[in-house]
Amino acid sequence: MCYDAFNSMKAPKQNRRRFLALGAGLAGLTACKKTVPSEIGAGVRAYGERSPLEKAARDVKESITPGTGATRTPLQDLDGIITPSSLHFERHHAGVPSIDRAKHEILLHGMVEQPMVFTMDDLRRFPSVSRIYFIECSGNGGGELAGNPQPDPQKAAGLLSCSEWTGVPLSTLLKAARLKPEAKWVVAEGADACLMARSIPMEKALDDILVAYGQNGEAIRPEQGYPVRLVVPGWEGNINVKWLHRLHVVDQPAMTRDETAHYTDLMPDGKAQMFTFVMEAKSIITRPAGGQKLAYGPGPYEVTGVAWSGKGKIQRVEVSVDNGQTWTDAELQTPVLSKAITRFRLPWQWAGKAAALQSRCTDETGYTQPTIEALNAVRGYRSTYHCNAIKTWHVKEDGSVTHV
Amino acid sequence: MYRIAAALLFCAVTQAQNVGRPATETEIKAKDLTVLPSGAGLPGGKGDAARGKTVYKEKCAVCHNDNAEGRPGQYPALAGGVGSLKSDKPLKTVGSYWPYATTLIDYVHRAMPYDNPRTLPIDDVYAVSAFLLFKSGVITETLELNEKSILQVKMPNRDGFVPDARPDVKSKP
Ligand code: HEC
Repeated sequence: MCYDAFNSMKAPKQNRRRFLALGAGLAGLTACKKTVPSEIGAGVRAYGERSPLEKAARDVKESITPGTGATRTPLQDLDGIITPSSLHFERHHAGVPSIDRAKHEILLHGMVEQPMVFTMDDLRRFPSVSRIYFIECSGNGGGELAGNPQPDPQKAAGLLSCSEWTGVPLSTLLKAARLKPEAKWVVAEGADACLMARSIPMEKALDDILVAYGQNGEAIRPEQGYPVRLVVPGWEGNINVKWLHRLHVVDQPAMTRDETAHYTDLMPDGKAQMFTFVMEAKSIITRPAGGQKLAYGPGPYEVTGVAWSGKGKIQRVEVSVDNGQTWTDAELQTPVLSKAITRFRLPWQWAGKAAALQSRCTDETGYTQPTIEALNAVRGYRSTYHCNAIKTWHVKEDGSVTHV
Repeated sequence: MYRIAAALLFCAVTQAQNVGRPATETEIKAKDLTVLPSGAGLPGGKGDAARGKTVYKEKCAVCHNDNAEGRPGQYPALAGGVGSLKSDKPLKTVGSYWPYATTLIDYVHRAMPYDNPRTLPIDDVYAVSAFLLFKSGVITETLELNEKSILQVKMPNRDGFVPDARPDVKSKP
C-alpha cells in the first residue's frame, strides 16, 4: 500500500533523487497510514532485484549506428566504491556477442614455445585472484575537453566504473606457454563481430593484468565481456579487451585500428600522441552536483565524490567551494586501494550563496589533477581522449546546481 | 607422509603445466588474423583501385556513402581530409590519419563489412583498400596492391605520431 503511494507520486527527475526526492519521499511516507505492513511480505526468489522504487540507471540512448555507442554509470546515485554490475558503463564497437561459455576458448600463440588453448574450465584450474580495480574509457570527459561541460556526473564522467574482478594473472598463462626471448608485445583479441584487438607491451602483460571471469562475485556480465575479459589495471578502458578469445605474442605492436585511428590524442601541432595507456589521476564531486538541488536551504550538507588514478593509490583529495581559490582536505574512505575508486567526503555548511564546487586529487606518485584550462593549454580542444581535468559545479542562490 | 603428498599436489596445481591443451597449427591458421606493420601476417592476395571501386560500390557504399565521405555521426568517412589535422575541424580518415597501410588490410579483413564481416575474398580486401588509398591520393589508380607492394606504401601521416608524453600538463597553477 505504501509502495503504491510511492509509485503514484510523480517520480522526480532521476538525477535529482538525492537532494530533491528525499524530501518528497519522506512526505510520501508520512502520508501512509502504516509504515510497517501487517500482512505477510513477498516470498523468496532465486535471483534478487532491487526495490522497484530505485531507478538509478545507465543512460541509454540508442546509437544511430547499431552496435556501437556507450552507456554511462549514474555516479550521482551510487555510494561507496563498487559499481553494481548492472550499472557498469558500456562501450561496444560491434554490439554485445552472445557466447556459450562451454564452447568458448582462449588461443594463446605466436612467440611461445608451446601454443596453448584454454577452456573456461581450464582457467579456473589455475590459481586465481580477486582484485578491486576501476575501468575508465579514455573517452570519459571528452565533452569537457572539447569545451562542452556536461550537465551532471553521469554525463561528465560516467564512463567510469569499479568492480571486484576475479581471474587468473595473464602472466600465469604466458608462463604456461613459455615465452620466447623475442616476445615483446601481446595482441589481445575479442570475440565480438569486429574482433576488436589491442597490443599490450610485455612488461605490463607480465605485471598485474587479469584474465578475468568474475565480476563482483558472479560471472562477468555479457556487456562486460562474458565469459572472459582482460582487466588491465589503471589503463584505458579499450585495452581491457572483452570476450577475450585470442592472445597473440609478437615482437612489435600490431598498430591495430583501435590504437592508431582511435584512442590517440591529436595535439594542437597536428601530431598525435599514441599508446597513452595510463589513466591519470582524476576526481569528481558526485553530490551535490549538476542536476541536483540543495533542497533544505542553507545549512549542513555532505560533499562527496570519487577519485581514482591509473598509477596507484589516491593520496589526497581537496575540495574547494570558491572556484579553486581555497582548498580543504576531504576525508578518504578506507581502505584506499591501488587503481580503484576512492570515495571522499567533506561536511559543508552552505551559507545560501552562490558557490563553485571543485575537487582535486593527488595520487601516490605526487601527481595532481590539473584544471581544464591547463589541460586545454597543452592538448588543445581536439585531442578527444584522456581528459582528467577538475570539474566545476555551480551552486546558485536558490540551491540549484548546474554545470555552467 | 600425508603432508609430503599434499605439498606435491600443491606444486602440481600451481605450476599448472598440464592445464589447457596444445594448440594445433590448423586452428592457429584459421584464427590468426593479425597483420603487423612489418608485413608479418599479411594474407597473400592482390587487387587494384579499379576492381576496388566495384567492391566498394557493392559492399561498402551503403554505409560509408558513395564517395567514402561517410555519414556524419553514423558511419565514418574513409577518404579525404589529408592535410586537415592542424585545422579546427580535423578530418581523420584512413588517408589523412592512419600511419600504416597494413592496418587497413588487418581491419577490413577482420571487421568489414560491419554487418557481414570476414566474407570478402582476400583479393577484394586488397582491391577495396587500394581504392580507398587511391581516393585519398596515397597511391595511383593502377598500382596493384598485394602483400609485397603494400609495404612500400607510405601513408601521409606516417610520421604524425609521437609517444605518450604524460605527465604533460602542469597540475598546479
Ligand atoms: C553496415 C554498415 C557498414 C558497411 C556495409 C561497411 N562498414 Fe565500414 N564501418 C562501419 C562502422 C559502423 C564503422 C565504425 C565501427 C566502430 O565504431 O568501431 C566502420 C568502420 C570502418 C573503417 C574504419 C574507419 C575509421 O576511421 O575508424 C574502415 C576502414 C571501414 N569501415 C571500411 C569498410 C569497407 C572497406 C567496407 C566494404 C567492404 C565497409 N567498411 C562496409 C559500417 C559499415
